[in-house]
Amino acid sequence: MSRESGIGNRDSGNGSADGWVAGAKPATATSGVVENPFFEYLLRLADDRLVLGHRLSEWCGHAPILEEDIALANIALDLIGQASLLLKLAGEVEGKGRSEDTLAYFRDAIEFRNAQLVELPNGDFAATIIRQFLFDAWDVLVLERLTAASNQSLAGIAAKALKEAKYHLRHTAEWVRMLGDGTAESHARAQRALDDLWPYSAELFLSDAIDAEAVASGSGVDVESLRARWRQTVDRVLGEATLTVPKDGFAPRGGRTGRHTEHLGRMLADMQSLARAHPGAAW
Amino acid sequence: MVTVADSRREQILAWLEEVKDPEVPVLSIRELGVLRDVEVSGDEVVVVMTPTYSGCPAMHAMEAEVVTTLARHGVPNARVKTVYAPAWTTDWISDEAKAKLAAYGIAPPARVESDDLVPLRRRAPVECPYCHSVNTTVRSEFGSTACKAILFCNGCHQPFELFKSI
Repeated sequence: MSRESGIGNRDSGNGSADGWVAGAKPATATSGVVENPFFEYLLRLADDRLVLGHRLSEWCGHAPILEEDIALANIALDLIGQASLLLKLAGEVEGKGRSEDTLAYFRDAIEFRNAQLVELPNGDFAATIIRQFLFDAWDVLVLERLTAASNQSLAGIAAKALKEAKYHLRHTAEWVRMLGDGTAESHARAQRALDDLWPYSAELFLSDAIDAEAVASGSGVDVESLRARWRQTVDRVLGEATLTVPKDGFAPRGGRTGRHTEHLGRMLADMQSLARAHPGAAW
Repeated sequence: MVTVADSRREQILAWLEEVKDPEVPVLSIRELGVLRDVEVSGDEVVVVMTPTYSGCPAMHAMEAEVVTTLARHGVPNARVKTVYAPAWTTDWISDEAKAKLAAYGIAPPARVESDDLVPLRRRAPVECPYCHSVNTTVRSEFGSTACKAILFCNGCHQPFELFKSI
């Protein structure tokens, strides 16, 4: 498959065309043919964490209260730590000598494989918490499955990350309740954030040939099958928070194959500037 | 029968008692559960460690300290191997080590709680390490390090840290 036909897969928005033609080699927006599907799969897992972790770290020194400043920075640390382990594994699987730092700091936006949800700007505190809650509720389910991965390194990383994700979910679920069932102002902001972010949550449950191959090898998660359980958690917490679950409809996607919002490039420019200005620098 | 390798392993474990968690200097890395094993084969010494949290920044310091401590005792080429399974849990911290934590002013971790996905209620009451009142409240689920939360004692009006149970 040529690079051009890879770009031909770039139909965004509606329809079912993101799944590749059966039998055809998977392709991405950038690299044409995917040489190593498991490497791609690990990048998807890692990049969600790296990008969301960096977004959360932007709150450091700016959160509305000191306790939340600490909390968001701690969650960021966990996510970036997980990303580091997953990128290290990805680099080993790829076998081209790329370290976790090389993968984090020397790929461009189009080479990132995170869902678009996690790259969106933080917005206000309510938006950051709603996004984190939607992600955490999904993340716990994904990691639970990955603890049984046939790849032992991945299973070990997932078992460790799962403990952290559960702690995150407890924290963000509590904040969703406090904001939604709080003052008129906090309720309105939480509902607005939920309405804005809900469409982006759909991409977390999309899968394609790369996911299918990871599932077939025993080291992947069939994310579509997680949706019902995710809705149970989300509906329960949003209900207690007196927030209205938005209707499903428009669902942006493309992050998993390298198509991102304009926001990711700007974020990476900030995140990668030091490493690129001083290649090889170490603590 | 105790082999030479066994007794050397015991000796190395004893030396490694000197390596403390930089953030919790009353616990050795063995008491913390971060030190998992020492593998001795001929002249080769491999120290097996597991991180508390995926992004724990103290891990690098502890690994470096392991290597320099063993070098000081005449083991020049010790290597650290990091493992992730089984995942670290605060249940590995012994009662004796928990008592050291409390004496240091950090409330020790409770047994790891049930796996309810979104618990609606708070954990069991936490005892203040200073005045032993259980009239305490969580101030912050997250603390100065990844492994701790911040609580406040309504009895003695003192903030204190809690070692999170995971």
